Amino acid sequence: MPRPMTITEKILAAHAGLDEVEPGQLIECDLDLVLANDVTAPIAIREFAKTGATRVWDPERVALVPDHYTPNKDIKSAEQAKLMREFARAQGISHYWEIGCMGVEHALLPEQGVVVPGDLIIGADSHTCTYGALGAFATGVGSTDAAVGMATGQAWFKVPASIRFDITGAFGPWVSGKDLILEIIGMIGVDGALYQAMEFTGDTIDRLGMDDRFTICNMAIEAGGKSGIIAFDQRTRDYVESRAERAWKVHHSDSDAEYARVIEIDATTIEPTVAFPHLPSNTRPVSEARDVRVDQVVIGSCTNGRIEDMRIAASVLKGRRAHRDVRLIVIPATQEVWRQSMAEGLFDVFIDAGAAVSTPTCGPCLGGHMGILAAGERALATTNRNFVGRMGDPTSEVYLASPAVAAATAVAGHIASPDDLD
Amino acid sequence: VRFEGTAHRYGRDVDTDVIIPARYLNTSDPVELAKHCMEDLDAEFVGKVASGDILVADENFGCGSSREHAPISIKAAGISVIIAKSFARIFYRNAINTGLPIMESVEAADGIRDGDRVAVDADAGTITNVTTGQTWQAQAFPPFIKGIIEKGGLIEVAKEKVAR
Repeated sequence: MPRPMTITEKILAAHAGLDEVEPGQLIECDLDLVLANDVTAPIAIREFAKTGATRVWDPERVALVPDHYTPNKDIKSAEQAKLMREFARAQGISHYWEIGCMGVEHALLPEQGVVVPGDLIIGADSHTCTYGALGAFATGVGSTDAAVGMATGQAWFKVPASIRFDITGAFGPWVSGKDLILEIIGMIGVDGALYQAMEFTGDTIDRLGMDDRFTICNMAIEAGGKSGIIAFDQRTRDYVESRAERAWKVHHSDSDAEYARVIEIDATTIEPTVAFPHLPSNTRPVSEARDVRVDQVVIGSCTNGRIEDMRIAASVLKGRRAHRDVRLIVIPATQEVWRQSMAEGLFDVFIDAGAAVSTPTCGPCLGGHMGILAAGERALATTNRNFVGRMGDPTSEVYLASPAVAAATAVAGHIASPDDLD
Repeated sequence: VRFEGTAHRYGRDVDTDVIIPARYLNTSDPVELAKHCMEDLDAEFVGKVASGDILVADENFGCGSSREHAPISIKAAGISVIIAKSFARIFYRNAINTGLPIMESVEAADGIRDGDRVAVDADAGTITNVTTGQTWQAQAFPPFIKGIIEKGGLIEVAKEKVAR
């Protein structure tokens, strides 16, 4: 009889060919998928060649997404994207998406059914932890880990201890998964879950749709977490049933599994929340942030560029215009989100509000392109990081919030909740 | 392996965006990346680092993005070893995998000031502040990780696997 295990331990044990694992144990695991993008793949491809491998271990289990500096912002970026494209062609990699099909990787892969519940996934992008929302173990790594994963189909892991977040109660008006995860990061700090898995449970989570769940797991890394995870349920099934390209496996934590910490959160007390510069943990309620004027608002990214995010933003912007001093940029994360937004008339709302609507790209989130800030400028964004220089000049500032707060802020010209608008 | 150099001291939560800003990520050339290392945290960093110098920081060094450009730029800028109270986990992996020596020690980080002369014996795991004469023992690596370090990085380990 194996020891009682968390969902994270069970997935790791299953991929290491072991009956049980325990926190701290170093294991070698078989991977279900290895991901890289146009920033991290060029180094991974170089290191892959150094291993002596000539073919990837499985061309259907490598995903390459040109989403960061694409459509290419300059010649150097175009060279990097070209290198990745040529590698994908030479290796016969089936999960490569060209511009026109491409989306922001962590919105694209779940949507296309490339990642499924029970998977063990590494990605050369720190927000790979997003897929934990499907009940998978997914973690960000560097290019060298991705290279070795591509060559061998394996990676080494230290089994993380888990922190369980028991979240109960209904959200108040305009509160979303983004506010919850910002609240958690503010509570435990940017290294509060260092080396640990963050497991989210409770009736609040049970009621949340998949888009909110992706947002929550996406930002586990912002608390230093190795992964974020939400167990499979009917909502997960409804999401993956029509998408999954492979059979999936369902794992649940044993009721007597051991946790490093259990943190109880009353969701009814959470307000719409903003993370001030220059750390995602620097959180305050919107009600204490109204004096902050902004030059730009960005709605999109792997954190909040999904269809529910577009719907919420549009519901706030409908019949309103962005403040004349605010540049409003809306970036649906994938072509499917784009098409759905268009079909629902959301783009009419955005354009009537004076927004620029962009093709999918990570773009401004990491200060790549499509909305770089000048010296001293301020942006409020639905993205995930507000480090020094993240969106442009080192003296610029980024404030992080939900799509509802972003839309209201664009209209007001200063940080605001939708309830603050007339 | 022994290193000796001048300490460059920084605080907590040094993120990979300030280690190498994304505006320079359109290349992976170590020499190009090194020119901009730590630029958004300390614009004078590149100018004052001599080859072999040592970077010392508080908790959570290398948090944020998984960009391997961060350890690559630090190494190419001339830093021989990083001493911190703790490392963010992706940076920790990246440093081990790419052969950039790192050492964890709360006491050593507390006992080293900017500009101190520091000597490190990476095999023994000892850190000595040559300026003050104090010596500390860094946290030992588990045997598995030590194996990767001794082989010179993850690629060397993978080579053996691929050859099999």
